[in-house]
Amino acid sequence: MNELHNRRAFLRAAVAAGAAWAAADLVQVEDALAWAGQQTAHGAGAPSTAAQALTKAQADVVEAMVSRIIPSVDGRPGAREAGAVHFVDRALATFNASQKKLYTDGIADLNRRAKARPSSAGGFVALSPAQQDDVLREVEQTPFFQAARFDAIVGTFALPTYGGNRDFTGWHMLGFDHQPRFQAPFGYYDADANRRG
Amino acid sequence: MQEQRPSARFRPSDLVDFAIVGSGAAGGIIAKELSTAGFTVVVLEQGPRLTETAFDHDEFGTFMRNKHANDPATQPQTFRASSADKAVPQLALIYGRLVGGSNAHFTANVWRLRPLDFNEASVHGAIEGTGFTDWPITYDDLEPYYTKVDWEIGVSGVPGPFDPRRSKPYPMPPLPVKSSGVLMDRAAEKLGLHSQPAPMAINSQYYNGRPACQHCGFCLFFMCEFRSKSTSMATMLPVAEATGRCEIRPDSYVARVEVGRDGRATGVSYFDAQKRMQMQRAKAVVVCANGGETPRLLLNSATSRFPNGLANSSGVVGKHLMFNTYFGANAQFEHPLNEYKSVQNTRIVLDFYDTDPKRGFYGGGGIDARFGKYPITFALGGLPPGSPSWGEGYARALAEQYSRSMFFGSHGTSLPVPTNSVSLDPSLKDAWGLAAARVTYKDHPDDLKNAAFLRSKAMELAEAAGALKAWPEPIAPQTNSVHLLGTCRMGNDSRTSVVDKFNRAHDVKNLFICDGSSMVTSSRGQPTMTIMALAFRAGENIASFAKRGEI
Repeated sequence: MNELHNRRAFLRAAVAAGAAWAAADLVQVEDALAWAGQQTAHGAGAPSTAAQALTKAQADVVEAMVSRIIPSVDGRPGAREAGAVHFVDRALATFNASQKKLYTDGIADLNRRAKARPSSAGGFVALSPAQQDDVLREVEQTPFFQAARFDAIVGTFALPTYGGNRDFTGWHMLGFDHQPRFQAPFGYYDADANRRG
Repeated sequence: MQEQRPSARFRPSDLVDFAIVGSGAAGGIIAKELSTAGFTVVVLEQGPRLTETAFDHDEFGTFMRNKHANDPATQPQTFRASSADKAVPQLALIYGRLVGGSNAHFTANVWRLRPLDFNEASVHGAIEGTGFTDWPITYDDLEPYYTKVDWEIGVSGVPGPFDPRRSKPYPMPPLPVKSSGVLMDRAAEKLGLHSQPAPMAINSQYYNGRPACQHCGFCLFFMCEFRSKSTSMATMLPVAEATGRCEIRPDSYVARVEVGRDGRATGVSYFDAQKRMQMQRAKAVVVCANGGETPRLLLNSATSRFPNGLANSSGVVGKHLMFNTYFGANAQFEHPLNEYKSVQNTRIVLDFYDTDPKRGFYGGGGIDARFGKYPITFALGGLPPGSPSWGEGYARALAEQYSRSMFFGSHGTSLPVPTNSVSLDPSLKDAWGLAAARVTYKDHPDDLKNAAFLRSKAMELAEAAGALKAWPEPIAPQTNSVHLLGTCRMGNDSRTSVVDKFNRAHDVKNLFICDGSSMVTSSRGQPTMTIMALAFRAGENIASFAKRGEI
């Protein structure tokens, strides 16, 4: 939020200096920035994590699954850290209720496949990440996997108000910086052009 | 942000001078022109009126749940490629459903047409199986109104080497170049092409009471909470309301244009927010509902006097639907571009604008340097073919490539094919009981050849820019669009066109139609500037007609 405060301070200084453009700018930009700032700060108020559509055991399988679809690698967060499972659960309890059976059947299938493996200790969540990947490769063409992939992505990268992307974890993973405003230069290749002005 | 607007309020039973259907690019401008000329105006908008605090950065809601666009759950449509196929439920005509219309969420590219666009059929000759024809107006007729858009709406830019004559310079300098634009400059120079700053309806500096762009990055399909995007919502509607003669009436879904025994429009019937039927009486009606909804409304307004739909003695209402083509080349670079910042695109190449008979097909277009992919869209399909679609390699590629990716977007022409159309579905109804739109669309072979040609040029640009990896966007037949053009075309001949060169319906003296449906040809993929210019021209002329008692 430093950026927001700096901008306000700058505008106030400009108004104090009598810059007419800034007076008009201040009213509009400050209000818009306040709103935009609220949006970029959103995510701190994490939604409830209590399961709504799935049982705890089912949610654990989904969490294990989405964390293999978008795993944490190279020290970056993934779908688990973003809380994508909460998006899946809330969606199944609301606008995505029509896919609930697809999910419950798909979860049961993953557990069945896990238990059928030699020296299996339990269901899908008990497998090692490499074993989970093996099981997922068996089902990656199924409608269930495709639905879960879509939801893992949305749960990682949609606004936190949908239940996932906790504290904008997913956006941080991408290097997508969500600020109410930016200034040039924006990237590596325009640095010279924008410095020259 | 919540200014007090001294808006007029009318009762439906009040006989106002004009009822305008739609509050987007055209409706907003015409409302401003007519109300400032002294006329009373009611603008009926089917969507809600939202304030800036409703403008969020919600990609999922906006792109995948129709948060501010027409929702097929309540307004279903059907689609078929040809009349031989069965039309199946599918969203084909996509538009902004809010006060401000699609213009509220447009990307803000504002390319003028060139003189050539207006008489291309004469220059290149007829094309079999199409309704390809000249416009009834010329570039010179429209130039003053393009300039009005520049200055009254607010456009940032600088003339390029191929730009048509302009009577006034741009009011604002171009927006700061992005990394994608610098790469475009380099590539164009290498290839002997011409990269120029993109004209954008976005403030590059404080202008007309609205702040400069803050570069937040959410233009494409998002509304601007800073009001820096020069939309008719941010610029025209406040002026119209401030006259005290114009009411913007949201949540008002127009069902029919009503016509009296004398064949003149008497007003419009609409469903209010409670789905109660109301009728707004008006001395004249202006339909600006977009190239999809305008023909649907006219067809749904059929009476015994106008059995084929209102203003449709020609039979061409709904025909010649044009989507434009939009494909291009994806590219990844060594260093971060951070294309998620600022406006969509800052550079365009217009070397391939003209039709070149040597290519063997009709068409032309432009290429812009942009990104166009918010995080979900990128994760769903922003990596090159053959990339992992899940797992560690996938997660790594997403993290490494999001900031390093861009798109060379190629925007092209669509030919006006009479069988490409909006008609009424014979059985499907929307949630208000109105016949749903049935869309029939199959790209003309030249459109797809032109798209492939432009895409090959986009690939050359990507490679010349030094992309580590470049790959083409697959070209497939188009089944939907946000560019809805040509369905009530203008022309001098009432047998082959719907409106005259002042946007007056040939068949109904006090009915005017102005939006993307008026366009005779498709533009090179950026029609909004022309829709806005047509609206200024129509608005000015309608006001003159009304003052002279010629309506």
